[in-house]
Amino acid sequence: MESFRSNIRVFLAFFAPSFGWLVLFFVAPLVIIFLYSFGENVSLTEVETTWTWRNYSRILEPEIATLFWRSLALSGMSTIVCLVIGYPIALVIATARGAWKPWLLLAIILPFWTNLLIRTYALLNILGNRGRVNSGLEWLWERGYAALDAIGLNATAIMGEDFEPIIFLGRWSGVIIGLVYVHLPFTVLPIYAALERLDRSYLEASLDLGASQWRTFRSVLIPMTMAGLVTAAIITFIPMLGSYLTPALLGRGQVDMIANVIERQFKGANDWPFGAAMSLFLLYVTFIILAIQAFASMRRRGADG
Amino acid sequence: MAETSLSRQARAASPARKRRTDRPGPFDYARKRWLQLVFLLATIFLYAPIVVLIIFSFNDSRRGGNVIWRGFTTDYYVRAAQNSELLEAFGNSMTIAVISTLFSVILGALTAVVLWRFRFPLKPGFEGLVALPIVVPEICLGVAIAVFFSYFGLYIPPGTPWPFNLTNIIIAHITFSFPFAAMVIRTRLQTFNREMEEAAKDLGASEFQVFRDILLPHMKPGLIAGALLAFTLSLDDFVITFFTSGPDTVTFPVKVYSMVRFSVTPEINAASTVLILITLILTAVAMRFQTFGDSR
Repeated sequence: MESFRSNIRVFLAFFAPSFGWLVLFFVAPLVIIFLYSFGENVSLTEVETTWTWRNYSRILEPEIATLFWRSLALSGMSTIVCLVIGYPIALVIATARGAWKPWLLLAIILPFWTNLLIRTYALLNILGNRGRVNSGLEWLWERGYAALDAIGLNATAIMGEDFEPIIFLGRWSGVIIGLVYVHLPFTVLPIYAALERLDRSYLEASLDLGASQWRTFRSVLIPMTMAGLVTAAIITFIPMLGSYLTPALLGRGQVDMIANVIERQFKGANDWPFGAAMSLFLLYVTFIILAIQAFASMRRRGADG
Repeated sequence: MAETSLSRQARAASPARKRRTDRPGPFDYARKRWLQLVFLLATIFLYAPIVVLIIFSFNDSRRGGNVIWRGFTTDYYVRAAQNSELLEAFGNSMTIAVISTLFSVILGALTAVVLWRFRFPLKPGFEGLVALPIVVPEICLGVAIAVFFSYFGLYIPPGTPWPFNLTNIIIAHITFSFPFAAMVIRTRLQTFNREMEEAAKDLGASEFQVFRDILLPHMKPGLIAGALLAFTLSLDDFVITFFTSGPDTVTFPVKVYSMVRFSVTPEINAASTVLILITLILTAVAMRFQTFGDSR
């Protein structure tokens, strides 16, 4: 690597365009919404920065605090589901035979390349009251009913008179299914990478010394892939927290997350300062999570060597 | 080459590998039935909605909901192709993706070369700045850029000729996709042998000649991978476009979103299927280039 002084012209030719672009179209916009977040609406279209904290204190009001709590809870629950499903998937891919590996990996990543809106719309199609999922469940219900009837039990007493469709749309369950569906590949990849890096002789040693499969999994495999698990959790959780489309389409306006309410401040309610404050608050939460992770991985590295 | 023969030797020398084919070894989770079942169910979960969507794009449903199968038809593809608003949105999306990809690859390559080649003050700061658009939530970036345009009064006047009416959206797309391109290209540069560059300079090549004839050919797989990533990111984006698009400049995802809010029709399924097909082809191309790049 050479010093930038050795060839300052070449350095500037490479450095200036991207730096300039980021300052103009990334830093400047963030600075402007920072100013707006301390501002007030003076007329319908004008905002004046008065350095008021009112927009931030409004975040603490019950309605908005509940919204943040709901977003954190939905993302947290979905992240846990992703980890529980993602770990076995990564385990299967990492231990599959060489020729299979890239194809299994591709099978998990491919949906991720499909347009997010289309994937969410696809889910919307099948999760409805008369959608594929419920008609599948109804089919199972009818079989179960007939089976109970056949063995002489009172099927109506056990399973009710009619099949009751499970309502997903407009409920937490629908939003969680959507969030998991969209973000699962994010979870699998870091866990897979951690499993690939793993020195497998530790597992052999554990089994040789008489530990059971379960105990080896719990006391050797999980701790040794913990770093990958934490990365997976964070890389899944952060984009979930800012989700807009999934709650908008699958929550049907009844299960709003932060992004939906931010959008409304700009497109409907026309309260830009409050919208700016909420977006920046979301940004700070993101940074705090990333900082905690960076700190934890630094400590882990320090402990290792 | 050296690596593969080495690993082949290691494999031949390790008897554990051979034994594994006989009975499950300590790390043979892939051969456990219940884990295979979990994998299978997860794959079904990931693909079933998309498969159903594609099947129902051929559904001959005359009116209302598209839930019950009523026979095969390709009518909705014809109808989608005749829907001028949808076509315009599709054209806009493609235009935005092509132009923003072009800029993203150029900016990404410049960024990657700077980070790889030079030492300069506050370099970690610049690295952080480049990585920042990747971690900032989409909604924040969308809001920020939209407010930025309105703050400086940068509205697109109605009747601006194509493709300049898409300028705001293109700027936003470049901002979030070039850092990704830079990341991919930088990874490729790490395998560059600097002695090649020195040899070329010793033999009298100018700075520009070295860049054009030595560095650029080496970067090529990275540039292609970066371009494909930027293209799919642009085509995929909804939130940021939603905020930066004006009433006259609608992209495909934004148009589909507004259609979905009203009703679920096979027409949307047909249009979506076309986009899925395009993405599939692009992914296949990307993979071809990826393996091509690795083999060298």
